[in-house]
Amino acid sequence: MSNPVATKTPPPPEPEPEAEVESHSRWREVMRDITSGNALVAVLAVLLAVAVGSLLIAFTDERVRDSAGYVFARPGDFFQATWDSIWGAYTALFRGSVYNNRVDTFETGIRPLTETLKFAAPLIAAGLGVGLAFRAGLFNIGGRGQMLLAGAAAGWVGYQFELPWVLHLTLAIGAGMLAGALWAGLAGVLKARTGAHEVIVTIMLNYVAFYLVFFALSQQSLLQAPGSFNPKSLPMKESATMPKLLGDQYNLHLGFLLALIAVGFAWWLLNRSSLGFRIRAVGLNPTAARASGINVGRTYTIVMCIAGALVGLAGANQVLGTVTSGVTVDVDAGIGFDAITVALLGRSRPLGILWAGLLFGAFKAGGFAMQASEDIPVDIVLVVQSLIVLFLAAPPLIKAIFHLPAKEAK
Amino acid sequence: MQLVLRDITKRFGPLVANDRISLTVEPGEIHCLLGENGAGKSTLMNVLYGLYQADEGEIVLDGTVQHFSGPGDAIAAGIGMVHQHFMLVPVFTVAENVMLGNEATGLAGSLDVDAAKARVREISSRFGFDVNPDAVVEDLPVGVQQRVEIIKALSRDAQVLVFDEPTAVLTPQETDELMEIMRQLREAGKAIVFITHKLREVREVADRITVIRLGKVVGEASPTASNAELASLMVGRPVELTVHKGPPQLGDDALVVEGLTVIDDLGRVHVDDVSFEIKTGEILAVAGVQGNGQTELTEALLGLQNHVRGSIRLHGKELVGRSVRKILAAGVGFVPEDRQVDGLVGDFTIAENLMLNRSYGKPFVRRGSLRLDRLEAFAKEKLKEYDVRASGITTRARQLSGGNQQKVVVARELSRDLKLLVAAQPTRGVDVGSIEFIHKQIVAGRDAGVPVLVVSTELDEIVSLADRIMVLYRGRIVGIVPGDTPREVLGLMMTGERPEEAIA
Repeated sequence: MSNPVATKTPPPPEPEPEAEVESHSRWREVMRDITSGNALVAVLAVLLAVAVGSLLIAFTDERVRDSAGYVFARPGDFFQATWDSIWGAYTALFRGSVYNNRVDTFETGIRPLTETLKFAAPLIAAGLGVGLAFRAGLFNIGGRGQMLLAGAAAGWVGYQFELPWVLHLTLAIGAGMLAGALWAGLAGVLKARTGAHEVIVTIMLNYVAFYLVFFALSQQSLLQAPGSFNPKSLPMKESATMPKLLGDQYNLHLGFLLALIAVGFAWWLLNRSSLGFRIRAVGLNPTAARASGINVGRTYTIVMCIAGALVGLAGANQVLGTVTSGVTVDVDAGIGFDAITVALLGRSRPLGILWAGLLFGAFKAGGFAMQASEDIPVDIVLVVQSLIVLFLAAPPLIKAIFHLPAKEAK
Repeated sequence: MQLVLRDITKRFGPLVANDRISLTVEPGEIHCLLGENGAGKSTLMNVLYGLYQADEGEIVLDGTVQHFSGPGDAIAAGIGMVHQHFMLVPVFTVAENVMLGNEATGLAGSLDVDAAKARVREISSRFGFDVNPDAVVEDLPVGVQQRVEIIKALSRDAQVLVFDEPTAVLTPQETDELMEIMRQLREAGKAIVFITHKLREVREVADRITVIRLGKVVGEASPTASNAELASLMVGRPVELTVHKGPPQLGDDALVVEGLTVIDDLGRVHVDDVSFEIKTGEILAVAGVQGNGQTELTEALLGLQNHVRGSIRLHGKELVGRSVRKILAAGVGFVPEDRQVDGLVGDFTIAENLMLNRSYGKPFVRRGSLRLDRLEAFAKEKLKEYDVRASGITTRARQLSGGNQQKVVVARELSRDLKLLVAAQPTRGVDVGSIEFIHKQIVAGRDAGVPVLVVSTELDEIVSLADRIMVLYRGRIVGIVPGDTPREVLGLMMTGERPEEAIA
């Protein structure tokens, strides 16, 4: 064979659709589809959820229901009422989350946007934690537990010590991230050593964390504020509080900046670092990773630790920035679970998670305004969020509705 | 039933997978569809089976034009498909699998399993299949599972049977048995379409041969055509089927394996007290029927097996007990048996796959950061050097044909500084043109002084590459014989006969 036949080789054949690799794990395939579906599907899922949300808003509006009674007599009323209701709701959402045009000065008008950013910060950080685990093929449902422990640890450092400002804050944030890392790392170690499924373990650790923190907050000898009967700690010292970014008239604090830094870090980790390379390899094909000398178990443990640290940042953000009056068991405020949605919507990519976090932050900020000014239940926002997840989990549905080309059936 | 495909054209975007393909298959005939991976054979069959709709052209059965909107229509019209990847439920019994999708029901919708069993027995005895209807499919050997697929098709009265690369997963014996089954089906008057890229099989059973290249019919051939003629039709240029290699330049013992025993988690012994050595500049080929310990042997060499006794020394350095990463770092190159499972990350780009086992340290990593510029230059160079047919280095591995995927794996392994190359089934599922290339690379490695261990279930490959041949049977070495040992002797050794007896 030393003498290759020197004739013209045929033109390179295009990669064929039929040459697709059959994955040996259908479940992993499905997981990957859901967690990394294309950006268009994500945007369409949001639009569709908003559209369905509009219907719900109309249905819950009393004026719409009344006018529906005589829709054939005066259809104009019905459509006007429906339009008013939906338009009112979404403009209220906009006023509550981006810019309020009903006030005199720009300074107060822009306040909702800063609220959105404030709400987005922990969602982004925790979303990164969940998304990073996704990329290694792990489903981190433990955001709630990780945030609780992180909040408790950050809070304890925050009220217990008397230190100079920068040092104290750094230590408190570090303690929170460390606690989150250890708590999530526990699930990683169990997965690596014993094969225990991380979904089960992280869910169960949520309960353990909740009751652990609750117990500590009810013990005078532990976290409970002296002389208090409430399960709450002392407020944070001034030196451990995240400074306001735009002055005292806005609530936006340092946490948002830290979340942005976390986005940059996660992007570098996944796309530019050798560890991230291994994380992605393990997530996409663990057997090939193993045969290539990558220690799959160790990678799981490391990923969960980093993921926990990111979720922990969200916990610290809550205790040291958003609600500095003391640690309670409400630290998590649903963020641990919303983070899963954010990661899904962001397709587990750091920049995607940034946008998804901002959107959900806007929902949070705007939801209250919607309820206040239009008397629309804030639950509508939750329904819209849930619908987003639903549509994301069913990409074929989205593709069918919008007539996108589906993958050719095999 | 006569099957006629007339001017079938199927496009995927700008790519024409089938370009006006016409084909006639008569009843009582085995019609072979020969072509390289990616030539468009499977697309054509998916059109026939109703999985794809043809953009142009028509399917005619016994003079009637058919319109299939899904496999259900195709099955109803009498077309049966034996897929490359079996479409069976592993935890169901044979009878349950056969009735699946066509369930006979009795009172109140209860399943009539007995009727299905009777049907399996009847078909099984008619063709001498020897399949127990109560056996659970996942417990059956691959060859028998394939028969279940055939029975399934026959139980729906299929008159046209399509075999899509049926021998890719079979041992040589099972392949012979399948050939026999196909001949019987031919005698029973079925029209058979046999898709393959293996020349030997084609010449053995085909009545007519149609060769497809790049989505077009490039010619018909008779079964009497030589391998070289068929291969050059398939590839579109003359192909050398034999490997030219000079005598080995033997050096010292490089790899010394002593008393190697590999046990799995359930305590079963897969490799039993195996000892051998390979010198630098030598290819030792491991022959044997699939499942006689070859997989476990190669995995043990790589450190992928958990329970290993004995010793594996590479230039005096003990490898047993070391991690995969350390063994790779010691200079062991590994072409795994199943590239899609162990060799490649399908969703990674070609470039990323080329650095898959070099994600620690030099040359692609510095202080934890990827050196993408270096990787890019390296990948571009290898793409060219190894003639990987892809639009660029950012093409995903899963989009490549089998041959090109394997070239990526071989390129990755051979571009490291190797002290030993372990190649398991290096050309399984690889087209003829790429086989030639990969063999050449392996021989080049050997000539550069690398000791090579090649595992193959294909005797052709063993004979053409080996300097010495080691035959494994039930985890033990039957014998280590010179590379020019006659095939008949090797064949007997593969059934466990000692070389002395086999020669006598």
